[in-house]
Amino acid sequence: MTQLAEKLHPWVASGRPGGGPRWLQDLRERGAVTFTALGFPTVRDEEWRFTNVAPVTAGDFQPADPATSLDAGRVDGLPYAEAPHRIVVVNGRFSPGLSRVAGLPRGVRAGSLASAINADLQADREVVQRYVGQLADFNTRPFAALNTAFLDDGAYVHVPDGVVLEQPLQVLFVSANESEAPTVSYPRCLIVLGDRSQARLIETYVAADDAAYLANAVTEVFVGESAVLDHYKVQQESEQAFHIGSMHVHAARSANFSSHSFSLGGRFVRNDVLAILDGEGAEVTLNGLYLADGDRLVDNHTTIDHARPHCPSHEVYKGILGGRAKAVFNGKIIVRPDAQKTDAKQTNRALLLSDDALINTKPQLEIFADDVKCTHGAAIGQLDEDALFYLRARGLTYYEARDMLIHAFAGEILERVKVEPLKQALESQLYAQLARDLAEVDAA
Amino acid sequence: MLQVKNLQVKVEGKVILHGIDLAVNAGEVHAIMGPNGSGKSTLARALSGHPEYEVTGGTVLYEGRDLLEMDPDERAREGIFMAFQYPVEIAGVNNAYFLKAALNAKRKHHGQPELDAIEFMQLIREKAKDLDIDQGMLSRSVNEGFSGGEKKRNEIFQMTLLEPKLAILDETDSGLDIDALKIVAKGVNAMRSPDRATIVVTHYQRLLDYIVPDFVHVLSGGRIVKSGGKELALELESKGYGWIETGAEPVQA
Repeated sequence: MTQLAEKLHPWVASGRPGGGPRWLQDLRERGAVTFTALGFPTVRDEEWRFTNVAPVTAGDFQPADPATSLDAGRVDGLPYAEAPHRIVVVNGRFSPGLSRVAGLPRGVRAGSLASAINADLQADREVVQRYVGQLADFNTRPFAALNTAFLDDGAYVHVPDGVVLEQPLQVLFVSANESEAPTVSYPRCLIVLGDRSQARLIETYVAADDAAYLANAVTEVFVGESAVLDHYKVQQESEQAFHIGSMHVHAARSANFSSHSFSLGGRFVRNDVLAILDGEGAEVTLNGLYLADGDRLVDNHTTIDHARPHCPSHEVYKGILGGRAKAVFNGKIIVRPDAQKTDAKQTNRALLLSDDALINTKPQLEIFADDVKCTHGAAIGQLDEDALFYLRARGLTYYEARDMLIHAFAGEILERVKVEPLKQALESQLYAQLARDLAEVDAA
Repeated sequence: MLQVKNLQVKVEGKVILHGIDLAVNAGEVHAIMGPNGSGKSTLARALSGHPEYEVTGGTVLYEGRDLLEMDPDERAREGIFMAFQYPVEIAGVNNAYFLKAALNAKRKHHGQPELDAIEFMQLIREKAKDLDIDQGMLSRSVNEGFSGGEKKRNEIFQMTLLEPKLAILDETDSGLDIDALKIVAKGVNAMRSPDRATIVVTHYQRLLDYIVPDFVHVLSGGRIVKSGGKELALELESKGYGWIETGAEPVQA
């Protein structure tokens, strides 16, 4: 290790956690070595063509202090912090004092990833070892490699076979930075749903303060046979934050996975979702809504990999952009030779509220089977003038008409949120932010 | 109620109306007829304040006020209603929610209390029956996926709800079968009263069998070329527009 360290990339050369079982140490080491080999991506890399990570690489990010403690009051003010069950992770480390996991059904594990890695029960240790790092393929993904190099703690959720988690569980990743200098943390989340189990999970990324930081997150999700997972990612980082997160999903036979991604905060945001439909009859739904104003950047890359026959997938992503905001949407759908009777549908729409907002959007279909149905559509535009006039001709002011149309646009995604208090929290956050964006548009 | 003097309107750089004069008093129904491209719909849209219809000359007074100075939404709140020739589909906006917002915008403007959800639902249930509007149409997005007839009925439904002083029907009859036409006419006739007026823009005389006008004006080449009573519509029906276009001098009102 010592002789290697000299050759390692400066981001992984020092400050990495040590200890833990041998396999974990090896995994970290492989992450560090792979990241060193890959380096940060550049715009010459197809996956990063429209998103230049120079502001990240140029930043002097210091490792965030995992021992940072937060008041319970601060956490309770965060969006949907009233969730019946919650796991709180601060700067990458599980915070037992802030978490609320009592009353979970028997056999359900929800808490610290580090504790599960070092658990007393061999069964728990085995689950983690079997799954962690299996999906987040870091051989081609620098940021997954970087996260893996720092793998230590995070959130761990395991719902055993046949168990139904009736109450929503929130996993709250908080970045706290009380210093002046920007910090970096590596949130990690492992979610394992056994066969025929069901759960509703909300993964939330927020800031405790206005500081600048990078959250480089990796989530791995295993959905067992006939299991049902309703997943929400709420990205509401600070206005100065960098968020680079990826979620890797494996859906087994007849599993049903739905993802709802709400990207509301952050100055530089990249969300990757990769879902593999790896059993007949598995179904995946990816919904997304992103909002950006000012000089912010939001990049959503999704991949739906149809590996088995008879799998439907549905995807709807919508963006609302104001100011000089920039967005990227890349929706890849792979249909493997074996995946006959695939039914994949993708829609991507963006609403540009200002002349200077910009979006690069690309559907990417790679189809290797012949008996499949794949549709995709993209629509980018400003508010529909005819609709605006129609509403005004019925007595609504220009501003009322505009609000009604924007809310209708966002509403299509919001109304799919099945957790009512979360929906309300998102709605008020979204509309408060929109009101600010629109005030800026009107002032211009 | 409405005094239009020498109104000239340009659309996409092209002059369509070359000087329209029209006076509409409370209690009257005026039919505007004319061949395709004569400027009938342009007149209707200019009166409603459509931003693409640029008024280049003339004046319009509505209840003594300068109509052309008013935004489209202010015109609506002040009691002008245009039933669209092509009602716009608005995905994601619930029809009932939209109607309530429109009605309350008007009520607020006139210093009346806004209706709550229960009062509003009672009101629209009542009005919906007369126009054969089913509850399903109310819970769908505005006009989205509506048939042509449903869209036109929805326009008239909005009109009966908003109770305008001046209703302008822009070719509401086009594409309607006879049953739908009768429903639409019934809605319009129910609104007729000494303090309201209606302008019916139509290509065909048929609608005027059901909504009997007090005056008929024939538009051609962006001018009113002939005005008369309801019998003028019948004359047009039997002789066609060719008779007007070749035989008449522009009428100076």
